[in-house]
Order: sequence, then C-alpha cells, then structure tokens
Amino acid sequence: MKKDLNIKIHEITRVEGHGNIVIDVKKGKIKELKLEIIESPRFFEAMLRGRRYDEAQHIMSRICGICAVSHTSASLKAIESAMDIKISKQAELLRKLAFYGETLQSHILHLFFLVLPDLAGVGSIVPLLTSHPDMARTGLELKRLANDICATVGGRHIHPISLFPGGVVHTPKPQELKRLREALEGSFEGLEMMLAFLNDHPFPEFSLKREYISLKDRGEYGLYNGNPVSSDSYAFKPESYTRKIKEYVVSHSAAKHAKTEGTFMVGALARVNNSYRQLSPRAKAAAKKAKLTVPSYNPFLNNMAQLIECYHSTEESISLIEKLLLMGPKPEPVKKPKAWGRGFGVVEAPRGTLYHEYKIDKDGLIEKAVCIIPTAQNLRSIEDDLRALVPGLLGRPKAEIARAVETLVRAYDPCISCSTHIMDVEFA
Amino acid sequence: MEEKELPRLAFFSFTCCEGCQLAVLSCEDELPDILSLVKIVNFREAIDQKSDDYDIAFVEGSITRKEEVRKLKKIRKHAKIVVALGACSSTGGLNCLKNRFTMDEVKREVYGKDAGKSERFDTLPTRAIDEIIPVDYYLHGCPISKKEFLHLTTSLLLGKRPDIPNHPVCVECKMAGNICVFEKGMTCVGPITRAGCEAICVTYGAICWGCRGLVDNPNADAHAETLKRHGLTVESVMRKFSLYGACKTHKC
Repeated sequence: MKKDLNIKIHEITRVEGHGNIVIDVKKGKIKELKLEIIESPRFFEAMLRGRRYDEAQHIMSRICGICAVSHTSASLKAIESAMDIKISKQAELLRKLAFYGETLQSHILHLFFLVLPDLAGVGSIVPLLTSHPDMARTGLELKRLANDICATVGGRHIHPISLFPGGVVHTPKPQELKRLREALEGSFEGLEMMLAFLNDHPFPEFSLKREYISLKDRGEYGLYNGNPVSSDSYAFKPESYTRKIKEYVVSHSAAKHAKTEGTFMVGALARVNNSYRQLSPRAKAAAKKAKLTVPSYNPFLNNMAQLIECYHSTEESISLIEKLLLMGPKPEPVKKPKAWGRGFGVVEAPRGTLYHEYKIDKDGLIEKAVCIIPTAQNLRSIEDDLRALVPGLLGRPKAEIARAVETLVRAYDPCISCSTHIMDVEFA
Repeated sequence: MEEKELPRLAFFSFTCCEGCQLAVLSCEDELPDILSLVKIVNFREAIDQKSDDYDIAFVEGSITRKEEVRKLKKIRKHAKIVVALGACSSTGGLNCLKNRFTMDEVKREVYGKDAGKSERFDTLPTRAIDEIIPVDYYLHGCPISKKEFLHLTTSLLLGKRPDIPNHPVCVECKMAGNICVFEKGMTCVGPITRAGCEAICVTYGAICWGCRGLVDNPNADAHAETLKRHGLTVESVMRKFSLYGACKTHKC
C-alpha cells in the first residue's frame, strides 16, 4: 500500500470562490491536511459602517452573487428587528417567494452545472450538452425558471432590487404570477430526471457522525423562518448565536472557521435531517425514492438533500403564488422605522444558516455589523471529513484520490466568496 | 470549423461576489449557441480546464492584493482583448467603500486582534483594473446586464466595435415609462450615471444607485439645477453616489 502522498489542488474548480486543497501524507500518517481559502478578503463589516440603514441590504447583497436574496433577506430582517418595523402579509409572501426562487436556483446550478459533470466523468457542463443533452437542457430550463421567480418579485436574481426595509417596492402582476405557477407545475419532470440519474449513480459510502444545525419553525420547514436548533437536542435564539457558535481565525484560511463544542455542519443535509417531517409531500416522496433515511451522516448526500429541497421549494412557491393571487397583489407603501438599536436577522441560505447582526444609531446609520456565513461554519466539517476519507483511499492512484477529495468538497457546495465576505486571491 | 480555430475566451475573477460570472451563466437560452462559436478556456466557477492561451479575457472583480496585481498583468500580456466585467472591475464598485478607512482599521474591524496573524488577511486599497493595466472594453453595472454582455461578445466575435452607452440613465428611465424618482420625493443619481441598464432599479421601485459609474461628460450644472428644484443639495446626492463612486469620483 502506498504510504506517502502529496496532493495540492490549486484553485479547486466548479465551486464559488478561490480555494486550494493541500494533503501531505507521510508513511500512511496525515502530516498536513487543509482547505486553504485564498479568496480576497472583502471587509463588508467595515464597508457597512457609517452607511444609512436603507443602503444596508443593497450593500450586503453584494457579499455573494449566488445567494444575494439570502443576504438581502437576513439583512432586511436585521434592520427591521433593530428599527421595530413590521412588514405586511403581502410583503412577507413576496419576500418568501423570491427566497424559495433563490434556493431553487442555487441548488439547480450546483446539481446540474457543478455536480453532474463529476457523475458523468467530465470537466464541465459543456461536454454534457452533447453527451447528455436532455439533462443539460433540463438544467438550463430549470435554472431559468428559478431566475424568473426572483426576477418577477425582485427585478433580477443577482442583487434583487425591490426588497426594501419596510416592505417590497414592486408588485408583480397576477398574470406574471400565473405564468410562473404554470411553469413550476410543469417543472417536476425535470427534477424527476435528476432524481433518476442520481439513483443510477450512487454517492460514495462514507459516514462521519457530527452535529447538524439548522433553523426550525413551528409552522413550516425551516428555510426563511425559524430559530436555530441542533441535532444534539438544544435550541437557541438568534440573538445568542455568538454564545453557541464560536468563530475563530486559522492562518491557512481567509475565512474564519466556526465550532460549537465540536464540529457541526449546516446546509441542505442538516435541514433535511432536522426538519424531515415538515418537508412537502413531493419532497418526502423523492426522499423515499432516493432511500434517504434520517439522520444521515454522509456529507455526499448533501446533494440529494439539495434535490429534495428543490421539490419542496417548488411546491412551496406554488402555494405562495396561490395565496398571493387570492389576496390580489397591490402596491403598498413601505413601513417606516419606529426605533433604533441592535437587530438580528437569520435565514437558511442555500448553504446553511446565515446570521446578520447590526447596531443602528438614532440617525439611522450603521454603527456595527457582524455576519456569520454558512460556508465558514462548514469549513471545519469539510476538513474533518477529508481527514477521515483520505486514509481509506491511500492505495488508489493519485488522480483518483484528488478527484474523490474534490468531489467531497464540492458536495458541500462551498461558497467561498461569501465565507470571505471579510476576507484572500492567489494565482499560479 | 476546426475546434482550434474557435476564438478562445477566458474568465477571471478577483475581489468580488462572482455575480457577474453568474450573470454570464444566466444566459441559459444563448449559452449553447455561444459555446458552439467559442472555446472557453478558463472559467473556474463552471469548468475544470485552465489555460494561458486565450484571445479575449473577461476580468471580474477589483484589485485589492499584491498577487492580484501580478496576475492581472499576466492576463494583459496573454490576452489580445481585455474586457472589464462589472462594476468592481470597471470602477472599483462597492469595494471602494473600504477605502474610507485605513487598511489597518479595516482589518481590525473584521479579524480583531488576529488581524496581523496571517498574510491572507492583507489588503490594499481597492482599485479598478484600469488603474493597473490598459482595458479595451468595459461592461458596467452591479451586476452586468446580460443583454450588454451578449451584444459586446457578438460584436467582438464579428470584429465590430461594441456600442457601449454614454448617455445618462434618465434617458432609458423615460423610455421605460417610469415616474421620475425626484417626483416621488426620493434622491437618485440617474442624471449623471451611465445608462445601459434600461433603468431596471427605478422600474422595480428603487432609485438609481449609480452602479454603472459616471457618463464621460456628466452635465453637473443641469443636475445641480434639478436638485435645487427639488430642494436637495449636491452633498445629499454625492452621499448616494459614494456607494459606487468612491474610487473614481476622487479622480474626477
């Protein structure tokens, strides 16, 4: 058996942002193993200081192109909790619809554009257009539909426009909503195609027990609403997250790492594990077809969990549209701030729990901002997995090991730009 | 056509949210056609392949690190045409907000007492890419407009000069049939901001935040007049413009 191994994957591809994987094994023992985060620090917390409260969501959306709606949502919740603003029912429904649109768009992008090439043994979606034309086209269509949802509510998916403190400043027309509903109802076929494909291409058998944290809500599957809960049977309020989740700096990563008492994971698998019973009927049926049993400790199954959430988000979007159509959407003025102080905003971004906390002064200017990003919370879990995975692979060819390792990192769908909202780029 | 004859496109990303690359991936209807006409040789977010042999380089993000300066110069050397992709690259974008503080202060705000612990936390004041290398074309906006990206790409492939607007957002806002933001009692920097976005932010209920930067010759007097008429001051608007204009307005 091969005892020495030295792998350096420079700038892992098909992930969002810049990261390297470094693995050094001497005589069968792991000497060094790390996921280097080399993205440029952005320093959003500093950028927000001194800006007006109604610019915050606009600025913070720019943390990430993929989860712009999530950052906007967390930001708005934080502003509105700090300034005692209660938004209307219609605004809440519209914001949720944009939010589910983003969950769909992000998961579809990841599954069809970034994961599918691994399963088909190619380097990108480009060759898939000829080798698997149905799948590739379906992916493009589903992604466009998800973009359309966000665009109908927010003007566009990447950096939504109409989501504002106090409400939503654009009202979609009923016929636009009806068109979306029709397209959504027709989109399950595409999801079925992906489900069948994933069932034909089983994920690697691998399991590592760990803690899962996600939002949980009494009335619905925790995505847009809810308070954080742990699979270790405790819950906490968003305002005490810094007491439960400790961020710390490691020198090989421009993104901070995070821990509770030990390692935890956030994201689709954490949510499906923690809130399985609240999934929509079609999502549960998909989980059954995929033979996913909870709790699952296999991080590769995060991709299956993402697909299950696509079913859920599609069904939820249809039901939101029905509620909106019943109300008859009409333009509303935004609600004005009534107070100032500290505020917290928390949502389940596609990759996991996202916390924003602001302190706003009496002139409506941001004094202090703190954000905890899902990918930063997962970095420790990824490194733990790699440490457990690599020893079992040592007999295999180096290229195969490198591939397995990259596939694992990709399964987490890391969003490195986000995690370094505060953070580094290095090129060969 | 032989594959090797296809024009070679490369996408690079520096300090940014990668939303402009994502906007390129959002051309779902056009992607298959584009891919039959060009060869994409670098696009880390979506493909595995990496190469130094390319004709057109799309550069996203602003420059905030020494390594980025080195890499950017290398891209200029390899590429026949360099296109700045989006606000961060073409004007510095929102990233310029951090230039209001010293870099030590900025690092301390985020990394606290660990700020000096790793060179990965190092940062330079934000710069647009044309502060370091000559740029051939600009795709403005935060994020870029898909339509403008497709127009520029097809123009370059056909060997034509792309038509990048140099009139203010107000022109497109009128064409979109919007009620003027000033009439609604809000402040807007549309009168001096470069168009090309079809005034999408005003159409969707917001204001123009100035993400596309200034037009080449902003009519400052007329804008000051508009502001006066609505009881506003230049300062109140400059504050808005400083969101995206912090880097470039200092040079104006």
